[in-house]
Amino acid sequence: MTYHSVKTSPPNHHASDALLLSYAAGALPSGVALAVAAHTTLCADCAHRAAVAEDIGGSLLDRAEPAALCPDALARTFGRIEAPEATPPPRMHDVPPHLAGLPGPLRAAVNALPDTRWRLLAPGIRQIDLNPGARGGGSSRLFRISPGTTLPHHGHAGIELTLILQGSFTDEVGRFQVGDLAELEDDVVHQPIVDSAEDCICLIATEAPLRFSSLLGRLMQPLFGL
Amino acid sequence: MAVQLQACDPVDRGARKEDMMVGVMVEDERAALAGHLRAVAERRDKAAFAALFAFYAPRVKGYLIRQGCQPAQAEDLAQEVMAAVWRKAGLYDPAKAEASTWVFTIARNLRIDAIRRERYPQVELDDGARELPDDRPAADDVVSTGQRARLVQRAIATLPPDQAEVIRQSFFQDKAHTAIAEDLGLPLGTVKSRMRLAMIKIRAALGEQEP
Repeated sequence: MTYHSVKTSPPNHHASDALLLSYAAGALPSGVALAVAAHTTLCADCAHRAAVAEDIGGSLLDRAEPAALCPDALARTFGRIEAPEATPPPRMHDVPPHLAGLPGPLRAAVNALPDTRWRLLAPGIRQIDLNPGARGGGSSRLFRISPGTTLPHHGHAGIELTLILQGSFTDEVGRFQVGDLAELEDDVVHQPIVDSAEDCICLIATEAPLRFSSLLGRLMQPLFGL
Repeated sequence: MAVQLQACDPVDRGARKEDMMVGVMVEDERAALAGHLRAVAERRDKAAFAALFAFYAPRVKGYLIRQGCQPAQAEDLAQEVMAAVWRKAGLYDPAKAEASTWVFTIARNLRIDAIRRERYPQVELDDGARELPDDRPAADDVVSTGQRARLVQRAIATLPPDQAEVIRQSFFQDKAHTAIAEDLGLPLGTVKSRMRLAMIKIRAALGEQEP
């Protein structure tokens, strides 16, 4: 099945100011930052607030105490400009058609992957791991979940973000549709169920590993690798 | 090495008047900087680039040192950031962002690429990102870019100490709000609300109302 980028009404669930500030400052783990960057491509309000938060960075840069550079720094910089870039940005292949409608930051992440096939994880649940090395302890994965499927009951330490890219789900907090960002915090235990007629595709990014609270969840934990 | 940076230090009331004078000076300089960026984009103008370099390279290096970079790495990254400014100058849109904000995001991303050896997810101009239908007036309709930087600076300088502290830790200590809460021994909600209040004040300074 193909991912469809369907623009509906503006999102109802937004990134908090704290999350946008941490993103702007460059302080988020990369998986969580990926979810925020992708959300801002779907949400004008959060894009605007992210831009204001980045203005804080610009302002701090403006006022930074200047540190003298080497006397020949400008010449060396021209040298860098003329030299070919040492490490071209990773580009292993084009984004496959089944993921072509993803927001730009996610396409860039998919681009860097050697394998972009959906992997069956559990009945009704498929995933693509966007950060297979799991550097930094967090994770970011695309999930494709069949209608009516419930994700195992889980809690987590740190931030967990879910960005809906297709379909919808409902959990204890509310209903989440395309473009919505679910921002969960420490020790919130939740159990989303897909309530759309089509598969729900979402990005789930965490700051720290998930903890499944049910027996089934604990059995699945090694499979998720979350 | 003690690097002084007053922008986040609201306790230093004595500096306030001076700040405003610096603001005025910087505003003239800022118009010139945007012009230099355009000259680099359109004509690959090396003299204009040298002027950008003189303003931004030492600030980028100073900012990186303030973030804990060793001076040698800060020097290397500052040169790399300026090389990226040259290469990407054509992407800079003065109607959308202050020049300093744009340079800041380049420095942020390159620093993370270098330190964590992974790419910081970012929004490219063609992602349609900030082009979504939005009934809000464009940033430069409310206050001109240039004026915008000064207003943000003054708003930051007048934040209450607890709000200035969380901003300082985010931008200079590389800590997400969750890590700040842990380090300060505060509930996460308290840190989030300080950040929210800080953002509300800065947006109010820019003439925006809370939605």
